[in-house]
Amino acid sequence: MIQHLSFLPILLPMLAGVLLLMPPLGTNKSNRRVASVVLSIFAFAASLALLLKVQADGTQVYAIGDWSAPFGIVLVADPLSTLLVCLTTLLGVVCVLYASAGDDEKGDFFHPLVHFLILGVNGAFLTGDVFNLFVFFEVLLIASYSLLMHGGDKKNTRAALHYVILNLVGSAIFLIALGILYGVLGTLNMADMAQKVALLQGDDVFLAKIGGMLLLVVFALKGALLPLHLWLPNTYATAMPVVAALFAIMTKVGVYSMMRVYTLIFGDEAGELTHMAQSWLWWLALATIAMGAVGVLASKDLRKLIANLVIVSVGTLVALVAVQTVEASAAAIYYLVHSTLVTAALFLLADLIGRQRGDIADKISAGPAVAQPRLLGTCFLIAAIAVIGMPPLSGFIGKVWLLKATLNAEYTFVFWPLYLLASLAILVGVSKAGSTVFWHHHAKVTEEKTQELVHPAQLVALIILVSAAPLMSVFAGPLSEYAIGAANQLHDFNHNINLILSRGQ
Amino acid sequence: MELLYASCVGLLVSCGVFLILRSRTFPIVLGLTMFSYAVNLFLFSSGRLSINNAAVLGYSTEYADPLPQALVLTAIVIGFAMTAFVVILAIRGRTDLGTDHVDGQLADKNSDNNKKVKV
Repeated sequence: MIQHLSFLPILLPMLAGVLLLMPPLGTNKSNRRVASVVLSIFAFAASLALLLKVQADGTQVYAIGDWSAPFGIVLVADPLSTLLVCLTTLLGVVCVLYASAGDDEKGDFFHPLVHFLILGVNGAFLTGDVFNLFVFFEVLLIASYSLLMHGGDKKNTRAALHYVILNLVGSAIFLIALGILYGVLGTLNMADMAQKVALLQGDDVFLAKIGGMLLLVVFALKGALLPLHLWLPNTYATAMPVVAALFAIMTKVGVYSMMRVYTLIFGDEAGELTHMAQSWLWWLALATIAMGAVGVLASKDLRKLIANLVIVSVGTLVALVAVQTVEASAAAIYYLVHSTLVTAALFLLADLIGRQRGDIADKISAGPAVAQPRLLGTCFLIAAIAVIGMPPLSGFIGKVWLLKATLNAEYTFVFWPLYLLASLAILVGVSKAGSTVFWHHHAKVTEEKTQELVHPAQLVALIILVSAAPLMSVFAGPLSEYAIGAANQLHDFNHNINLILSRGQ
Repeated sequence: MELLYASCVGLLVSCGVFLILRSRTFPIVLGLTMFSYAVNLFLFSSGRLSINNAAVLGYSTEYADPLPQALVLTAIVIGFAMTAFVVILAIRGRTDLGTDHVDGQLADKNSDNNKKVKV
């Protein structure tokens, strides 16, 4: 059992999804809810166990079906991927719990779809094979298409149509890129590819470069990097907020794939293709941050505002990926965890605020007061401080760290002012939104409509996410040590290659 | 053979891209299908084109690479599922939005943008 631990974060959500489709769980609502929460906690526990094992014994390489590395598919559970798997499963627990308060009834199959989405995301994090990465991308995408449509209205259908068509084109480009890379390198195992890229000569170098750049297009689409970010605000703002909270991890899958591909395969040791995407990533990331900040200022409702915050966080992460030093990657890992949890918390908050304000919902304008201003206000304050990056919460630590990590980057004189201005824009945007929503309301507070109070399950889910920000700042020491360890491992080329390719020989 | 194959893929890709850029959902679905055919052909060729070579060792002196065939099979299955999904979604969009335009509304110059087409 213990040697199969690396596979459990993929297997458990799959079993959960299948079980939840079948009777008796598929037919009875309350049974399904309890089972879904319990199963998602199982997946989280398995991921934590894997994290502990990776910390104790180092990176786990799991050869599926015991076919050894360059020929079979391997799962690589290194500190980075395991951390992200834990993050995903935690987010899964929170979203399932939150949706159990009533959101899951708005359409069929919410619970199975969430588990399938988690299966896809975990698989994408753990796999060490590029084609397998494609397959898991498709698994998470098809689950996300259906989740996006869950309980949707007309606006939702339009956003979903755009999202699906864009992603289908993205998948086709992904396959072309893989075809080119396979044709040139003769392998799809990431470690083996990294080894063979350095040996390329002549025209093959350019072919590999085309393949690598096409992969960049795909990851930029999934990660919502400018100019391929246009789908994100509408998609996230029209999806159900609990689904949007879960989607907070999905842009990170794109960023994570960039980290893997452009640090390992086209990283320090890639011969003529060393750091080939770096300058592209850097400038696109800066443009994305600027665009996201403008979007934050221009947003008219809370969910759009948060969607734009997601864009800013993607830009920041990609800028760190582009720097390609150990310190920058460590900062990126810390920031990634922080931003995922905080944006998820904000999406859930926007939902709760919207429910208590009647018809005006989550628009940023004067309207009826929320029914529980203290509770929601405090949560919003904490999440806002974290997302803006003010001391003392996790956002501040992340921000200082990433500024320090980019200090020696080539164009840091562009990045610092831009990033700090973007932070200012976020500060203005978020505080304006918060003060309008909580303080500007009509005198006639009570309306005919009964205001929904926060359901206990929603409250627990919200508190788990909101408390992440203070906790990440209290435990910043161990967390940053972990992040530095993970980044060291990510950049340790020879160690990675030897570990993955020696498995089973 | 290479020239024929490459121009076939190129033609399919260009038709696919042209159709994807249209404004109605049905041509887009057709375009996506064509694009995915082109991709499948392309993936198949990544193992090099050859004739009379078995993919199993020991049946011919030169052997064909079996991996691209497995990749193409996976890609076909996934592409099929995705196409089915996008067809259903397009039909739903047609009913929900009242038009098969991808933006859910027609860019009508004379009247307001939100004018729906009579069903």
